[in-house]
Amino acid sequence: MSAGTAHPPAAPGSSTTAYEMVVGLEVHVQLKTKTKAFCLCSTEFGAPPNEHTCPVCLALPGSLPVLNERVVELAVRTALALGCTVHPVSIFARKNYFYPDLPKGYQISQYDRPLATGGRLTVAAAPDGAAGPSVGITRVHLEEDAGKSIHDRYPGATAIDLNRAGVPLIEIVSEPDMRSSAQAGAYLRALKQLLEYLDVSDVSMEEGSLRVDANVSARPRGATALGTKTEVKNLNSFTGVERALDAEFARQCTVLAAGGTIQQQTMLWDGHRGEVRPARSKEASHDYRYFPEPDLPPLVLTAARIDGIRQALPELPAARRERFAREYQLSAYDIDVLTAGPRLAGYFEAVAKAAGDAKAAANWVMGEVLKTLNVSGGDIASFRVGPDALGELIGLVHAGTLSSSGAKTVFGIMAEHGGKAAGIAAREGLVQVGDDGALRAWIDEVLAEHPAEAQRYLGGEKKLQGVLVGFVMKKSKGSADPRKVNQLLAERATG
Amino acid sequence: MSPAAGAGGAPDLSALSAAEVADRVASGALAPEAAVDAAFARADAVDAGRGGLNAVLHSDREAARADARAVAGRRGKAPLPLAGVPVAVKDNIATLGLPTTCGSRILEGYVSPFEATVIARLRAAGAVIAAKTNMDEFAMGSSTEHSAYGPTRNPVDRARVPGGSSGGSAAAVACGMVRVALGSETGGSVRQPASFCGVVGVKPTYGRVSRYGLVAFASSLDQVGVFGRTVDDAALGLQVIAGLDPRDATSADVPVPAYREAAAVPLKGMVIGKPKEYYPPTLDAGIRARCEEALEALKALGAEVRDVSLPHTSLAIPVYYIVAPAEASSNLARFDGVRYGLRVAGGDGGLRGMYEATRSRGFGAEVTRRILLGTYVLSAGYYDAYYKKAMDVRALITDDFRAVFASGVHVLFTPTTPTPAFEIGAISDPYEMYLSDIFTATANLAGNPAMSVPVGQVRTLPVGGQIIAPHFEEYRMFGVAYALERALGGVGAGAGAHR
Amino acid sequence: MAVTNDDVRHIAMLARLGVDESRMPSLVAELNGILGHMEVLSRVDTARVRDGQIDASSAAVSEMWLRPDEGPPLPLLAPRESFAPQVRDGLLLVPRLATHVDEPEESA
Repeated sequence: MSAGTAHPPAAPGSSTTAYEMVVGLEVHVQLKTKTKAFCLCSTEFGAPPNEHTCPVCLALPGSLPVLNERVVELAVRTALALGCTVHPVSIFARKNYFYPDLPKGYQISQYDRPLATGGRLTVAAAPDGAAGPSVGITRVHLEEDAGKSIHDRYPGATAIDLNRAGVPLIEIVSEPDMRSSAQAGAYLRALKQLLEYLDVSDVSMEEGSLRVDANVSARPRGATALGTKTEVKNLNSFTGVERALDAEFARQCTVLAAGGTIQQQTMLWDGHRGEVRPARSKEASHDYRYFPEPDLPPLVLTAARIDGIRQALPELPAARRERFAREYQLSAYDIDVLTAGPRLAGYFEAVAKAAGDAKAAANWVMGEVLKTLNVSGGDIASFRVGPDALGELIGLVHAGTLSSSGAKTVFGIMAEHGGKAAGIAAREGLVQVGDDGALRAWIDEVLAEHPAEAQRYLGGEKKLQGVLVGFVMKKSKGSADPRKVNQLLAERATG
Repeated sequence: MSPAAGAGGAPDLSALSAAEVADRVASGALAPEAAVDAAFARADAVDAGRGGLNAVLHSDREAARADARAVAGRRGKAPLPLAGVPVAVKDNIATLGLPTTCGSRILEGYVSPFEATVIARLRAAGAVIAAKTNMDEFAMGSSTEHSAYGPTRNPVDRARVPGGSSGGSAAAVACGMVRVALGSETGGSVRQPASFCGVVGVKPTYGRVSRYGLVAFASSLDQVGVFGRTVDDAALGLQVIAGLDPRDATSADVPVPAYREAAAVPLKGMVIGKPKEYYPPTLDAGIRARCEEALEALKALGAEVRDVSLPHTSLAIPVYYIVAPAEASSNLARFDGVRYGLRVAGGDGGLRGMYEATRSRGFGAEVTRRILLGTYVLSAGYYDAYYKKAMDVRALITDDFRAVFASGVHVLFTPTTPTPAFEIGAISDPYEMYLSDIFTATANLAGNPAMSVPVGQVRTLPVGGQIIAPHFEEYRMFGVAYALERALGGVGAGAGAHR
Repeated sequence: MAVTNDDVRHIAMLARLGVDESRMPSLVAELNGILGHMEVLSRVDTARVRDGQIDASSAAVSEMWLRPDEGPPLPLLAPRESFAPQVRDGLLLVPRLATHVDEPEESA
């Protein structure tokens, strides 16, 4: 393949069926800290260029790195949640290369003695019961981010912003355990969910706090040896990862089917054109000259320290799914939706507790709450209807004070303006009339106003009950409790 | 106005130790800027700047006098241990106000926007930064000939080198300009010039003194060191700068004893190891004689001298010249013309050309040689044979010291250098120059504290003896140094200044 | 393991040192001279050393000092413009990279 040739994805059903895709992923996650990994500069996103820089992250002569303890805690938390062995001694290393947004001329990373190795992430079964992939985690290690190069702002010049230089990252390297782009997508979504539960990162691909590189190879179906892999970079979304993998796999299959060989190289995904093309750099000519970082002693973690972090792990997605099934008797689909994120799951549980009815809470959260958030694009964390308020609303429906349609109206007002359900219902005249005297009076009036129907109904024509209830509801302007109206009408018919 | 101040009217304070100057300034007996004025007067008298000794690269007399007066304003609280004492600082230690060039073209005119921890501690103790001193470029050298700003001359014999790489600081002390100066050590860069210039030079334990603000050469070996005209000047200097620094992850949380009290340490019962590898048959006969005399003097004070062996000593130079260039090749990558320092446009008008033009123009021949060497020993295919092997042998060298100190030896005594100061231009082969560090690099590789103390002259040139102690036992090391200095009756440049 | 001209060109490229071709013969000779003195290390028995440590279990691996995730940033006591070669709108400017995506690394 000549350099610069672009490869659109092959049509399904071509040579791809003879081969199996093998994928391993390298995921960089920005840890949620106030300050950078090795200096006290803020990690805040969106500051003016080079505002968050100091002698250390500008690599001024004489400056030295000092490791942020929160970085270690968050990284260990993640490694433990992924089932990794966290090593009592790990070593920082320098990865040496020149790039203008790499101030020291080396990146502080970990190389042959990483923080943690040997974990596994098992993706939950889909609601239809299809098993999710179980993906081995090769290693989790700590490193620092580089700055940002801006190429298109000034003619002939590249502009450097070092605000991001030194921001803490973990790299999570998986085994080549995925066999399709869908499995890779499922792994990434499960990993993102786990990281959200752990509260270690903002996990936003848009803001760059989660970045993915994919290693992909193709081999004849049934073969056990791995084919030559390529690394696919510039992946900007999970969907992009899936599309890029399919495109690169198709390219490899085409080459292999034609008797060619795959060159180990870096490919870049072009999401707009939907194709991969080789990066101009040749991987083989990199020589990072790793060696132990002499400015940082070994990172020593006592068993007590690691255990302390393990004890403090929050409930993880798998455990929460299991508990929801046990405690709330919800369907697999409901559990999937409600445990998607830790905040939504927590919200649901709080509503269920406040309302004393998990099923109703689930219906409300999955119905009106998610619908409202979808429309507004908001986040559950800042949602106006707190769990207690929603619990109260559900309670009013239970008590017959609000009809279900009235409750939806009240909810809409709460979501927009806040406030309490009872007050809003009263103000809007949505409180149901359940008082027997008032209801009987309306029934009497209706029967009097519609003598023909009244006669037929009282004579045993039961199917007219609905019509009469409708008249009563109309007369009450919707405030009558339809359940009670039905009940009283039925009594009249038999009485 | 102080009566002591004014051009030509500076008092001769050369008989006063740093501690005595500080006491007098603190008590008001001496005008705050008196010692600073004396330092600049002496520098003028001996022609310490460009064209002369070339020991001083940057200084600002008026700023120094203003700093001294500001120190006086702080009088009344606890007495400052270095009140008004002028200190010369090697030009690879970051200072506000004066440039920090590391003796390199690539940092010409660069003024650091932050200050080293050791400088902040000196200022807090009342010291005045009087001068930045010449050095081998990025501390790579043993003669201070490899400075982009020309060689420094030895005040004892101006045709000779002062040693290096901290030759400017050694010369500034030896010529009588200052009593205390800071240098830096990677393989002997304080002790070797101290020996060549007849002054006291201390390399503390690795981790004893913060490296924050010391421009890195080889991070696992680098340590700020102290020159003194006498042992007491050096002990006071180290006292002020030593101790844990949260900005340096390799600095150690070990209590700092009162080093000047080590003057009272008795030598009775002290076991002094005499490692045979440091007294080879090829050793200069004069240096051997001076060291034997020093050992006799220590014996006379009640010490026991014991023959010992540090079997891996001869491997120190090969190990050092793999480890140090390897780390240097990485540490010096930041000098790329992007954020500070020299930038030279490349022929291609692009980034790659800018990098190469900047670095080839900015670095001198020795620095270029060591970056290439270091890059080579770390590169794919050679790492295990060179770097990894060197680090393993380094562990054996470290273990030699551990074992000998575990055997009941309290300190080691050796020559500091295999020869006295050589003539400028005499050594052109790089490896021959590297062998100047043959007795000093071991302590850097093992992290042990070591110091050079004048032990007399060889053919009119001063030479030093080296005391090496276990980790963080600088107090014991100073104890032996004080005793030796007293016993020998003052044979260094410091003694000359007293007469 | 003698260093060749190509080796020196390669490491000079890695180190971004523009080495003049006329300097090449003497540099190669110097590096080979120095490396020749290092050969002695290959004959040293280092069997009792692992990862640069002797008896790693007993060796006091010093625990790294970790700092809290808060505190004022280390100050810059002079503006970036005072030491940076080229600054515009707060950004550091360098000559354009050969490619926007990845710099080519042609090997020697």
